[in-house]
Amino acid sequence: MANFPRRRALRRAERNPRRGGRVVCALLALGLGTFAACAPDDGIPRTASGHPDFNGIWAALGNAYWDIEPHMARPALAMREGPVVPVPASEVVALGAVGSVPSGQGIVVGGSIPYLPEALERRDENREFWLERDPEIRCYLPGVPRANYMHLPFQIFQSESKFFIAYEYAGAVRDIYLEDPGPPQVDSWMGQSVGRWEEDTFVVTVNGFNGQTWFDRAGNHHSYRLVVTERWTMLGPDHLMYEATMEDPETFSESWTIRLPLYRNVDPDARLGQFKCVPFVEELMYGHLRKNPIR
Amino acid sequence: MRFASRRRHPRGLPAVFLLGAGLGAASFTACDGTGGVAGRDGDGWVAPRTVDGHPDLQGEWTNGTMTPLQRPEGEALVLTAEEVAVREGRRREYIDDRNAPSDPDREAPPVGGDGSTGAAGGVGGYNYFWIDAGDRVAVFNGEPRSSLITRPADGRVPGLTPAGQRRRLQAYGRLAGEFDNPENRPIGERCILSFGSNAGPPMLPNYFYNNNYTIVQTPDHVMILTEMVHDVRIIRLGEPKPAAGDVRPWFGESWGHWAGDTLVVRTKNLNPDQMAAYVYLFGPGSENMTVTERFTRADDHTIHYEFTVEDPDTFVESWGGEVPFTRLDGQLYEYACHEGNYALSNVLSGARAQER
Repeated sequence: MANFPRRRALRRAERNPRRGGRVVCALLALGLGTFAACAPDDGIPRTASGHPDFNGIWAALGNAYWDIEPHMARPALAMREGPVVPVPASEVVALGAVGSVPSGQGIVVGGSIPYLPEALERRDENREFWLERDPEIRCYLPGVPRANYMHLPFQIFQSESKFFIAYEYAGAVRDIYLEDPGPPQVDSWMGQSVGRWEEDTFVVTVNGFNGQTWFDRAGNHHSYRLVVTERWTMLGPDHLMYEATMEDPETFSESWTIRLPLYRNVDPDARLGQFKCVPFVEELMYGHLRKNPIR
Repeated sequence: MRFASRRRHPRGLPAVFLLGAGLGAASFTACDGTGGVAGRDGDGWVAPRTVDGHPDLQGEWTNGTMTPLQRPEGEALVLTAEEVAVREGRRREYIDDRNAPSDPDREAPPVGGDGSTGAAGGVGGYNYFWIDAGDRVAVFNGEPRSSLITRPADGRVPGLTPAGQRRRLQAYGRLAGEFDNPENRPIGERCILSFGSNAGPPMLPNYFYNNNYTIVQTPDHVMILTEMVHDVRIIRLGEPKPAAGDVRPWFGESWGHWAGDTLVVRTKNLNPDQMAAYVYLFGPGSENMTVTERFTRADDHTIHYEFTVEDPDTFVESWGGEVPFTRLDGQLYEYACHEGNYALSNVLSGARAQER
């Protein structure tokens, strides 16, 4: 009975006057029993134990997945020298405007990523060799936080005992442990996630990365020592604020943070699509190994 | 081929599952009288419940077993205790033998392979260290079983219709020239889907490794993660609203509902490439194949999983079976298959080298 919703909601209201100034109680007839369930009047859906209920399909708006730093629109990610100005590289020229990079105001708090000098050089090199290096091009798992602001949505499955995220892109998944199993036993693409509640914010520590994932399509990168602290806070029934703080002493001179809102797909029939992209990149990755390569 | 992601946490790590079961039970106490029906067996066991009163299927599970899908001819469905002891004893001997460390001074295998089959791949590929195929007979409802298929009564996949036979030939034809193109390789080897019919439906053991699952349950969804190739099945609960158009995702389109204490899931719109791959398992499904699955918590450690395959375009009768899912005392690893799939390029480049 420790998690009785009414008591938790009242406690929260006392602690957090911004949200809990008013408390709305509703009488819920549940089978044989009837009891009053109270929740702060903030429109945020809640689970039986009183935590914000993140169940649903979410997605980012904006263009952070192209480049998380502020940027102008540009013709393509892969460029080459032209007679007057740089032009799209031959590999992407056929895509025309579809392959062009839209502008973005960036999601990095303060504007730019505090790279160490060598790491900044590598970032610039990554841009130059984007076609060879971006793990997204090969349909590799996206890592965290990149998975959360890609062009494809994700679905959260939250219960009293589980918090699980299924991503449309590449069928990536995260099982966010609610009990810390100890240090990750092996490095991985999506890392090991351990979550806890701080008031109404779901705080997730992610580590155990293999250092092969990026932040965007603009070459922004990190090492295996990256530790991400995510903060998921619902703003209302259909919006949440997502924050992630990055620490990686091998790559950055100090910790830095991204912040962006995420939006619920409010279509009552919304469903997560499937983007298992492995077969889509077989020609790219193995085409040269066909018995008769396609000319 | 893909070692890094198949190791499992050692036994004894705190499993999230335990937390789930505990909270579920506590929540049930809090919500008693909400209309949920307690699932009791003869010993008074009560199924843990989610807050909305349904049996709690959540946590980590495995369906690994040595019981084959189809029953060897002449065997009874239920094995005697002696038969179980003999089979599991032989299995242990086999595993011990295959687990023996490889001799570091051994000669290279002869050109063309040493004749070994399966995971060893003719060149001494996997020894049993890498395999976790299941070393116990499947026990369902207290009965040790000789096959997972229980319907028809002979425990065998029924015969194919003439259309099914034609589709089988087409499916085999597609895989002709097995080393010519990536598309000629099995979809498991290409890291598109888990081996066998691991993610299903029907969800069957692959008799190789990683027969592990995570289930998460909300009031309107059940999510089943298959460890291999991080295959995710998203099962919507409620009145089915089929997707518009001819959308045929991997694992099909699944809708579920609770029938008392049993989760019933019906899947249609199965993916044609997945259907073609089933030719190796039980026959090439048609686009009209329907799979019905029933999940029932049987005790603290077991989900009873029952399935029925209906596909009159392929099989002369419907068929189905029963598979125990037992609690996995550990967590799932990331099975990043494609990211380290050196095997596929090596298979193809090896074939190109042979052609030179």
